[in-house]
Amino acid sequence: MKKTINNVMVSVATVNGSGSQSANLIIHRSLFRMGLPVSGKNLFPSNIAGLPTWFLIRVTEEGYNAPADEINISILMNAETWDDDLDKLKKGSVVICNSDLGKKVERDDLIVYEVPCSSIARKVDTKLAKLITNTVYVGVLAEVIGLEEEAIVDALSHQFNRKQKAIDLNLKAIGEGRKYIQENYKKDQPWKVERRDLTKNKMIIEGNQAGALGSVFGGVTFLSWYPITPSSSLAENLISYLKETREYVDGVKTYAVVQAEDELAAAGMVFGAGWAGSRSMTTTSGAGISLMTEFIGLGYYAEIPGVFWNIQRVGPSTGLPTRTQQSDINFCYKLGHGDSTHPVLLPATPSECFEFGWKSFDITERFQTPVFVLSDLDLGMNPWIVDDFKYPDKPLDRGKILKKEDLEKLESWGRYRDVDGDGIGYRTLPGTDHKNASYFTRGSGHDENAAYTEDNEAYARNMKRLAKKHEGLRSKLPQPIIEHSTNSEIGLVSFGTVHASMQETIDLLEKEKIKVDYLRIKSLPLSSKVHDFIKKHKKSFVIEQNRDAQMFNLIKEESTAENIKKLCSYAYSDGMPLSASKITKNIKENL
Amino acid sequence: MSKENILGIPIQEYKGAKSTLCAGCGHDSITDKIIKACFNNGIKPNMVAKMSGIGCSSKTPAYFLSQSHGFNSVHGRMPSVSTGAALANRKLTILGVSGDGDTASIGIGQFVHCVRRNAPMVYIIENNGVYGLTKGQFSATADEGSKSKRGIPNEISPIDLSSLAIQLGCGFVGKSFSGAPKQLTPLIQAALSYQGTAVIDVISPCVTFNNHEGSTKSYNYVKEHDIELQDLDYIPSYTPIEEIEIPQGESTDVELHDGSKIRLTATKDDYDVHNKNEAIAAINNSMQKGEHLTGLLYLDNLKKTLYEDLNLCQTPLAHLEEERIRPAETKLKEIMSRYK
Repeated sequence: MKKTINNVMVSVATVNGSGSQSANLIIHRSLFRMGLPVSGKNLFPSNIAGLPTWFLIRVTEEGYNAPADEINISILMNAETWDDDLDKLKKGSVVICNSDLGKKVERDDLIVYEVPCSSIARKVDTKLAKLITNTVYVGVLAEVIGLEEEAIVDALSHQFNRKQKAIDLNLKAIGEGRKYIQENYKKDQPWKVERRDLTKNKMIIEGNQAGALGSVFGGVTFLSWYPITPSSSLAENLISYLKETREYVDGVKTYAVVQAEDELAAAGMVFGAGWAGSRSMTTTSGAGISLMTEFIGLGYYAEIPGVFWNIQRVGPSTGLPTRTQQSDINFCYKLGHGDSTHPVLLPATPSECFEFGWKSFDITERFQTPVFVLSDLDLGMNPWIVDDFKYPDKPLDRGKILKKEDLEKLESWGRYRDVDGDGIGYRTLPGTDHKNASYFTRGSGHDENAAYTEDNEAYARNMKRLAKKHEGLRSKLPQPIIEHSTNSEIGLVSFGTVHASMQETIDLLEKEKIKVDYLRIKSLPLSSKVHDFIKKHKKSFVIEQNRDAQMFNLIKEESTAENIKKLCSYAYSDGMPLSASKITKNIKENL
Repeated sequence: MSKENILGIPIQEYKGAKSTLCAGCGHDSITDKIIKACFNNGIKPNMVAKMSGIGCSSKTPAYFLSQSHGFNSVHGRMPSVSTGAALANRKLTILGVSGDGDTASIGIGQFVHCVRRNAPMVYIIENNGVYGLTKGQFSATADEGSKSKRGIPNEISPIDLSSLAIQLGCGFVGKSFSGAPKQLTPLIQAALSYQGTAVIDVISPCVTFNNHEGSTKSYNYVKEHDIELQDLDYIPSYTPIEEIEIPQGESTDVELHDGSKIRLTATKDDYDVHNKNEAIAAINNSMQKGEHLTGLLYLDNLKKTLYEDLNLCQTPLAHLEEERIRPAETKLKEIMSRYK
């Protein structure tokens, strides 16, 4: 039998709420401990317990992150999805199934391992059988593909936080799973894993954990939030990091967290705190941004700092709230009534969630305008393998704030005067001990000195200054990066988690002798470098995960007629990370 | 020489821009009392943040305390903006002004949750029962049977914000009338000395759209049906420049958080200002009789505030230096090692 080493796609079908996540994470971390790049995607329903859930594990030495199209090994632990899961498999694939579920595998073109997982678990521990039924398949898979025991022990120790009792129990269940295969099956299967040295010094972390950590190192002092999947874990992780890093012995806090009554209030608190000088933020998803629109629209005109994390998902309300999408690009960039655009940061990896986590505060305070960080469910809630995060390389930038000492030197000042020619005014914080410190904050009906006016020319002047301020963002935000360069005539453009499918796309194209260059956008408004890249290439594909080609259209909107002709779009979304083979196919068809 | 307060600041410095409201508007009387209360209490104007939503009432922060920062925010959302500002700088006195449309309709959710959290602020509702800026539609506080300018009676039962606040656990609930200066000024003064959310529901007749025969919020109606629960006097914690007149009759002093006292001289027998049930019953009884019961309706001066709930440090969050809010690189390394 021909062996395939370190290139496998495993699907685990379980029941939501059955504790399968910990079994899956043990597999994931064991592979990581064997030095293998591994991606893990949790496909879970909007449900607490009972509905089907899948976990996809992919190992490649190249570190491809998006799931592959074909499943090589399918673990069946859910009778309800059994038949469908089997239908998806190609001839020669492997099935590991719990034979206690009363179902049979009625295909003879598959390599089948039937294992009575429930009975084995009962034999190990009658009382805790339910908890360890899933652990049995960890042992079975380990035996079948060659997971090293040492790596498993390491992973267990991490998963159960060195609690020996839990480690021992699970280790026993894994051992029984292994033993069952050794005693009952002589046959082999082609997909194997072998130790490599590709994950040394790396971390497994979720984007929401990284974003929370970045916010801590950005000096966040205020968080208000309203629970919503898939953003809640960012707030919850942030709360626990803050507790660890920003409290005194007696529990006195250098931060405030409020769980608001809704997203309207969460946004209102962010702006109240930002206005009064706090580094303030909230975290939500698309449906929450809908409610925050009123405030963010005001935030643009009143020029108040605040960081808004949007962990994008499919929506609205009862859509597919637990599936991923890049569908709020246009919405967030142009949010609010009246003319407005907002700076949008587009992290592609947990490392960028960390980096943008701290940088977003500097940007929002420097430009005195709300900033979006647009992550998504795939990035936010799935485990990713990354290098160490880089500690901030510059001190906090609190922006243009006039203090008492500054006011003493000034004869007069005006909140909305363009003193430096960059469209950004100076602000004072409430409580500043000077007679001239105060100003009145409201929407757009004000003059340069923040005095109320309905004068048309003053309004138009203010709008012009705001436009200038936002133009300045183009070169000051994280700039696009050329991730792959071959001096090709074909350009690929993407952003966010689509990046995870791009290396594989490039490799697939190269196998077919098609060379490409690849640029990744990191922020909006677009840098001129994006337009330069398009100009330099004969044809550029904008690849994104939504239906309406939102980024493609934003680029097109501000492109020259010549550049517009060169633009092609590949926009697709079914709630899953984009598949590299689908991207590749589309590019080939449209060359 | 003009009159100065304990800080040596003349009253002029507590004033604001000229009002653009209708001549005779009740709101302007309230503005005047806010100026007096802040002046009398010796509050530094720069330490006040004036917060409002949208509507006639929400315009008023421009008409007082020109040396204070002001934030005219979004309709019905003053409470959340105020909560954020209060938490960013706990040294500020947050003075929120809202209306009955702003609070009882579009902003009722934020009002409710702000009170629940006991966010430290003075929350004044300038209550006239109508939407003025949009020309006279009924608001949610319009009494049942009260007539509009066109003579059409309101058929829906009203929301009484003071009893709602008491039920929600608010520790300082007052009700007053813009035409009762002797009551309103000390009530605002006491509210400014209170640590948590202090709600004052002030009936403030709309001279343009709700001051006619048949309205229960017209100036004449309220004047005739205003039942004052107590005579109120505010005794500051410092020795006042002017001697305070001690009122006749049985009085009780209640100490507030900053050491000042509110002196209650009961005009109604046996009213216990610390008894929630009694307060709600008294409000209900007066509403049934078509009366407006005013005064300090309920006081709980021991209630924990949001600052205590959150165990917030004394330094305003807005003033924390980098070394206190950005942990060291070693901490980052330590946290990252857990993910390896």
